[in-house]
Amino acid sequence: MRNAFAREITRLAVERQDVVLLTGDIGNRLFDEFKGLAPGRFLNCGVAEANMMSVAAGLALSGLRPVVYTITPFTTVRVLEQLRVGVCYHEAPVVVVGTGSGLSYAELGPTHHSLEDIAITRCLPGLNVLAPADSQELVAFLREALENPNPTYMRIGKKGEPALHPEGASLSIGSARTLRDGEDLVILCIGPIAAEALRAAETIAADGPRVEVVSMGSVKPLDVDFLDGLARRCGRWITLEEHGMIGGLGSTVLEWLAGTRHAVRLTRMGVPDAFIHEIGDQAFVRSTLGLDAASIHAAIKEALV
Amino acid sequence: MNSDGLEAVSLRLRRRILETSHAARIPHLGSCLSCVDLLVCLYWDILEIDSSRPDAPDRDRFVLSKGHAAPALFQVLAERDFYPKERLAAFGVNGSVFHEHPPAPAHLPGVEAATGSLGHGMPMALGMALAARMTGRSYRCYALISDGECNEGTIWEAAMLAAAQAVDNLCVVVDFNGWQATGRSREVMRIDPLEDKWEAFGWHVVMIDGHDFSAMAGAFEACAATRGQPSVVIAHTVKGKGVSFMEDDNNWHYRTPNEDELRLALEELQDHR
Repeated sequence: MRNAFAREITRLAVERQDVVLLTGDIGNRLFDEFKGLAPGRFLNCGVAEANMMSVAAGLALSGLRPVVYTITPFTTVRVLEQLRVGVCYHEAPVVVVGTGSGLSYAELGPTHHSLEDIAITRCLPGLNVLAPADSQELVAFLREALENPNPTYMRIGKKGEPALHPEGASLSIGSARTLRDGEDLVILCIGPIAAEALRAAETIAADGPRVEVVSMGSVKPLDVDFLDGLARRCGRWITLEEHGMIGGLGSTVLEWLAGTRHAVRLTRMGVPDAFIHEIGDQAFVRSTLGLDAASIHAAIKEALV
Repeated sequence: MNSDGLEAVSLRLRRRILETSHAARIPHLGSCLSCVDLLVCLYWDILEIDSSRPDAPDRDRFVLSKGHAAPALFQVLAERDFYPKERLAAFGVNGSVFHEHPPAPAHLPGVEAATGSLGHGMPMALGMALAARMTGRSYRCYALISDGECNEGTIWEAAMLAAAQAVDNLCVVVDFNGWQATGRSREVMRIDPLEDKWEAFGWHVVMIDGHDFSAMAGAFEACAATRGQPSVVIAHTVKGKGVSFMEDDNNWHYRTPNEDELRLALEELQDHR
């Protein structure tokens, strides 16, 4: 996904003279093409993310469209106040990108995990909070975010995430998108972990149940029209996210459900409220936390009892 | 405007700041009185601004990074016709924009950044200054910070980036009144030697008396002429300047004057020339 981001932001910088890319001293070689094509609009702000966020706000208030890029904890929790005051309070149209989100950098340990970012960003007024499931979704969201008048936070993966949408799918911010049809249960996903849900839906189909898999794409805006329609045709839902159980997609859906009269049985799947001490690669950590396809398979079975 | 004229403006604004602080119980009087001369110098003599076009892309930008001096800025902006002075009657009134800190720019003409949390305004001004270069404009950006604000790490993050990027259209002004909220700034954190610190960070440094109008104007002109590096004006000021019983007394960071104190203060601030 980070390569797709680099390609697209480079394209956008050529198309639009107002696009500025700020990085916190990461992405060695990743932005060489950008630097070659728009050298005046690439700013390596050093390992000083708080300043970078405020600088981005200043650029945006002067008519430019800055995109801030670094590893997720450093564009979110580390700079929360700069994001809140400089960007959101000023309604400065900054696009904040967190790379290696969720457990993409599982091996790097909890300093580099981002399992709180959706929770803390979605409570900031005016900020859109996006988590594309694959590179195609990322590209569509990035383009659209640069047209929006309000700021955006987008968490993306690392590399090697599978393509989940059919080529040419029409994707837009705030529109949920069904990746696989089914009637018995629906899994609402956010981010590349949707791939695990698709695998689980496929293996469980051999036993009979037909499971719909949806990429929500964003928690803010939340596609409530889609959810409303969904609740009228299917009452068993699972939310799936590579994020803590507090404040993410599951919480967002629950908050929305609480204001409706829909009778939905909801199972929330996410990371327990604890730091992860058994470190390994992303697949290992997903399996130990019960977020891999096999665990989702088991959760579907349980939900359908 | 000549120095006498600017001093007369400053006296008038000081009186209004005091009256407002008394009427609306607005604190940070000492911080307002230490920087009002700097604001007057900038807004009357230095900034290229037009109050009838507050969003003009080519305007100079001034960011009050020490946002708690908003009561001074509000008076300055009214005096410079960004909005009618009558609007200030709503100072401290529920529902008005005129309270302790500058609101977001969309809510009050002339305000470039909503500040109040220290260490945000100067990095934002750096962003505005970088934007001038990227958009081929020649405006200048100013950020007024306090010595207490120099405690914030973001000030020094911004200082390093500004120097690395050779941002010469940025001028930071330190209102060095020697105090922060609860103590002498040089005792709370090791701020000294402030001049050497900025110099070591690659900045062009000018030290002046922040109540001497001709020195201030000279400093800002020297900064505007500096190429290839950002500039900082370290302005030595007196907290509570202009009122004998408030000068260098840090209690006036939080206190507001009662009726007797207001009367005494206003007597001292009469224009006798």
